[in-house]
Amino acid sequence: MTPRSSSLGARVAIAAASAAVMVVSVFPLLVAISSSLKTGDGLFDPSLWPAAPTLENYRHLFHEHPFGRNLLNSLLVSGSVVAVSLVLSLMAAWSLGRVDFRGRTLLLLCILAASMFPQVAVLSGMFELVRGLGLYDSLGALMLSDLMLTLPFTVWVLVTFMRQLPRELEEAAAMDGLGPLTLVFRIFLPLLWPALVATGLLAFIAAWNEFLFALTFTLSPEARTVPVAIALISASSAFELPWGAIMAASVVVTLPLVGLVLLLQRHIVSGLTQGAVKG
Amino acid sequence: MNPLPSSRTGGLAALRVRRALWMLAPLLALLAGVAGWPLLRTIWISLTDMQLSDPAAARFVGLDNYIGRYGLLFDPGWWSAALNTLAFAGVSVSLETLLGLGVALLLNHPSRLRTALRACVLVPWAIPTVVSAKMWGWMLHDQFGVVNHYLLALGLLHQPLAWTADPVLSLLSVVAVDVWKTTPFMALLILAALQTVPGDCYEAAAVDGVPAWAVLRRITLPLIAPAIAVAVVFRLLDALRVFDLIYVMTANSRSTRSMSVFVREQLIDFQQVGYGSAASTVLFLIIALCTLAMMRALRAAPQDRP
Repeated sequence: MTPRSSSLGARVAIAAASAAVMVVSVFPLLVAISSSLKTGDGLFDPSLWPAAPTLENYRHLFHEHPFGRNLLNSLLVSGSVVAVSLVLSLMAAWSLGRVDFRGRTLLLLCILAASMFPQVAVLSGMFELVRGLGLYDSLGALMLSDLMLTLPFTVWVLVTFMRQLPRELEEAAAMDGLGPLTLVFRIFLPLLWPALVATGLLAFIAAWNEFLFALTFTLSPEARTVPVAIALISASSAFELPWGAIMAASVVVTLPLVGLVLLLQRHIVSGLTQGAVKG
Repeated sequence: MNPLPSSRTGGLAALRVRRALWMLAPLLALLAGVAGWPLLRTIWISLTDMQLSDPAAARFVGLDNYIGRYGLLFDPGWWSAALNTLAFAGVSVSLETLLGLGVALLLNHPSRLRTALRACVLVPWAIPTVVSAKMWGWMLHDQFGVVNHYLLALGLLHQPLAWTADPVLSLLSVVAVDVWKTTPFMALLILAALQTVPGDCYEAAAVDGVPAWAVLRRITLPLIAPAIAVAVVFRLLDALRVFDLIYVMTANSRSTRSMSVFVREQLIDFQQVGYGSAASTVLFLIIALCTLAMMRALRAAPQDRP
């Protein structure tokens, strides 16, 4: 890092711009946290520091709404989608990344194209499939349909990572007569874990945030995932603002995600750039 | 020299390819099931008059849903949704690219604030779209929102504005929230490109006393232009299918309704599965054409530059 001889004016301008970007990025989250601690008339007061902070909204959220259930639903759906996506993508990434066969490039391009699919393009076909399998209004519908969002992306990223592994490892494994499953899960997997963390987290976020399928394929409040639950929270009476409860729900789902992302930011940045720039 | 008989190496290579296909099979089967099949079914349904209440009664109607008397071609609702989507995508992606470039340059500049800046910038990206739509919906609330409050307090406004209800303002609000949420993604991609620019370019320019602005315009931008182009296309494809943000922030308002929102409204609210599928097929074709154009451009790219 060579320190550049920038003038005082330039340094002040850069610091001011950085500070402005930081404030704009974080401010809405601060407003949400502050509003989630206000109830009743407190919500009419726009100051950032609540006059009488209370956890009433959070209590309300978990007692009057099935929000605990919604959180569990989201965890189950995202967890299973990530697990299935990573296992299948690891297997496929070995074939697509390290074996030469005819049609490989075409397959890779098709998989990339599938990641560009707009979700609505399959909505009626998927609705029919979900109903046909008897999965309507159940978590199974989302565990199945969300795979469409995550699979192309996880395959694509893991192929680029798998290509970078040394050829000697694979030759040694072939000498020992190991099959491809052992090779991928016993030998490559431990080397790939940073890539798996990044890819898995991005897939988890995609499934966790998924809204269109969850809105369309579930009906009862108990089957909803978190984004749908938040979108559909309404006031318990006509004279009350629902915003306190909505902001409490927003804070509950956002803080763990923000924490995870900040903790793993280096991995995420590399995962994003592998997936997009080199694609 | 005692080379292996060719049939033997051929056999090994064939075994390897066979194993590779087995390792691929589960993925391909699942992708065919959750992406290929529903896509083909949707296209087929778009050629029928299927209703949600009684799918079995659907009749084949050819291209009526597209170019018939009551087809998409003559539906002003569809055209307004298409125009909204194009306006949304064009404006928000342009702004995100410019701001993303600015933030990336800040992140690439050695300063004490850099680590904190990167952490803060990741916050909007990590917040789920539905949640950011709700947060901003509350901040932009016409009576109790902080945005109106501060603008009034600073004297920039004389009366509160209905940011998410007014026909003109609501599209702007949706664009603003999308820019807030997605600029970090753009900035990270551009930052990755910036970090591949060799340092000696800058050193040579510094020795020659080239001003910073000229360095950016003459050296940095041409070098990172291909990466920016890829990022722009990715974002554009994403923006063309926008749903969550608009649906949550402005519900079914006609002035912000995007193509995706139009499709879901037809499918579920109006139960017109055939007609809605036709609309979604058109959206699919638009995005497929853009994707193909991008892939061609990417393949052609290396020959364009020495």
